Amino acid sequence: MTGGGHGPRPYTFYLLAGLFCLFVLFLYGPMISIYILSFQGPTGGLVFPLKGVSLDWFGALFGQARTGDIGGAFSRSLPLALVTMAATVVISVAAGLAFRKPFVGSSVVFYMALIGLIVPGLVLSIGILVTFNFLGLRASWWGSAFGAHLSWTLPFGLLIMFAVLSRLNPEYEEAARDLGASNWQVLSQVVIPIVFPGIIAVALFGFTLSYDEFPRSWLTVGSRNTLPIEIWTMTTNVTSPALYALGTVTTVISFAVIAAALGSIAYIQRRRRQIGNMR
Amino acid sequence: MKLSKATRYLQVAPLAILLFAFVVVPLSLVVVVSFYTYLHLIGIVPDFTLVNYIDVLSNLVNWKLYLSTLKFTFFTLAITLALGFWIAYFLVFHVRNILVAIGLFLVCTVPFWTSNIIRMISWKPLLGKYGLINQGLMSAGVVDEPVEWLLFSDFAVIVSYVHLYTLFMIVPIFNSMARIDKSLIEAAVNGGATRWGVVWHVILPLCKSGIALGSVFVVTLVMGDFFVVTVMSGGLSGSVTFGIFNDLKFLNYPRASANAVVLVIIVLIFAAGIMRLVDVRKELTR
Repeated sequence: MTGGGHGPRPYTFYLLAGLFCLFVLFLYGPMISIYILSFQGPTGGLVFPLKGVSLDWFGALFGQARTGDIGGAFSRSLPLALVTMAATVVISVAAGLAFRKPFVGSSVVFYMALIGLIVPGLVLSIGILVTFNFLGLRASWWGSAFGAHLSWTLPFGLLIMFAVLSRLNPEYEEAARDLGASNWQVLSQVVIPIVFPGIIAVALFGFTLSYDEFPRSWLTVGSRNTLPIEIWTMTTNVTSPALYALGTVTTVISFAVIAAALGSIAYIQRRRRQIGNMR
Repeated sequence: MKLSKATRYLQVAPLAILLFAFVVVPLSLVVVVSFYTYLHLIGIVPDFTLVNYIDVLSNLVNWKLYLSTLKFTFFTLAITLALGFWIAYFLVFHVRNILVAIGLFLVCTVPFWTSNIIRMISWKPLLGKYGLINQGLMSAGVVDEPVEWLLFSDFAVIVSYVHLYTLFMIVPIFNSMARIDKSLIEAAVNGGATRWGVVWHVILPLCKSGIALGSVFVVTLVMGDFFVVTVMSGGLSGSVTFGIFNDLKFLNYPRASANAVVLVIIVLIFAAGIMRLVDVRKELTR
């Protein structure tokens, strides 16, 4: 019962460990099966068994007979997700810091963020398109869709910053200030380094929520599709393992981003430890 | 941090402006457009009419869609809540090494970083008529004919929802459970509480905010979904957004907006009801 304790494990441990393993199987099983199926041989179909192993379906994805503008969709989704990520980090970290002390209007901002989280994406998609029409602007992936993504990533970022900053002990800041640090020094040399893993979490959320966002993008991307919309179109008209190949490719890109993020955390933690040892 | 009021407002201004521009204004315009008139072949004409609402509310198909959405919401919420609570409980209170607990937690979150549509589609080669599960059942001799209701059914829809959204339950519950002071539990045990007593009277009340937040996520995600229900039910079941989707196809923005307003009101009632149980904001910023 008590974590960190010793002695024999209670029966509930084994029961819940079993549940956990089943859950992991449930999460990963289907995904792994489509990664395997994306290497289906040229004559293979959408289900097991594999009829040989080939890279044909990856070729089909980018080759002459390609089914949609996958390359173009990638070239829009990736920068959009990166810019959304950067904006989400800067804006929600700043706002999170402001929220540490009460200020007039804080609940208005908080409820706006909450509504951004709660309102169904499709509804916001309609709203943003209508807004752009009213203003005489044209919907585009870098304009209206960018705003639509922010309406979803910013509230998430804010919530994560709440969770992270509520664990930050204000005594560190007071100590720094007692030693003569300026506001900026306290922020850049005490607060930011301590909450850095939380900031990485905000960045990862910002990237993924944008990179995979479908309902909010649907009406707001304008004439050029982002990747999730391209995938959506493919699900309705592609009936070959090329669809799975696309799944494998997008997953590899997502994983590359996570690996870069986690790698940077590990690198920074190690450097910090080295600097700590030197002192 | 000692900051002047002006700095504080400067810090929060970008967030406030963007939320106003991309949440408040669009939603208000949806409400405005819902009172406009849609004329076939002509388009949308500014007006103040209740016809769209009357259309939406008097349509029996719409009521059925709402009922079906509520049914999916209920089942998904029940399953994800149970799974999320016990998985978070296992990670926080049963795994003794904190690094192992964090590692297992990350294992749960990894699939979230990949495309939702792909994750949903990945059930097809398993649940399909000639899918892996049917192949297994037939070769094991459990059934002679492929089981048809695995894919393109309410069952497939709920499986996909649970697969996609359980994480939204695990993360907030894990977050609030991890903050529970372990000495409280020792005190309860020393005071003679049973294992279940501790879960019900100590842990459950202390992770209320996580449960509330997770429930809000799951309810709003399921009620706002339209692609899972469309693909996984094979068109046999619908959701509210399905009706909105159809109106949009014919550019009938006024009626789609009226339907959207009704949907938003229902979702907000749900969320407000859940939030009433706990002051999420106070819990989050404490």
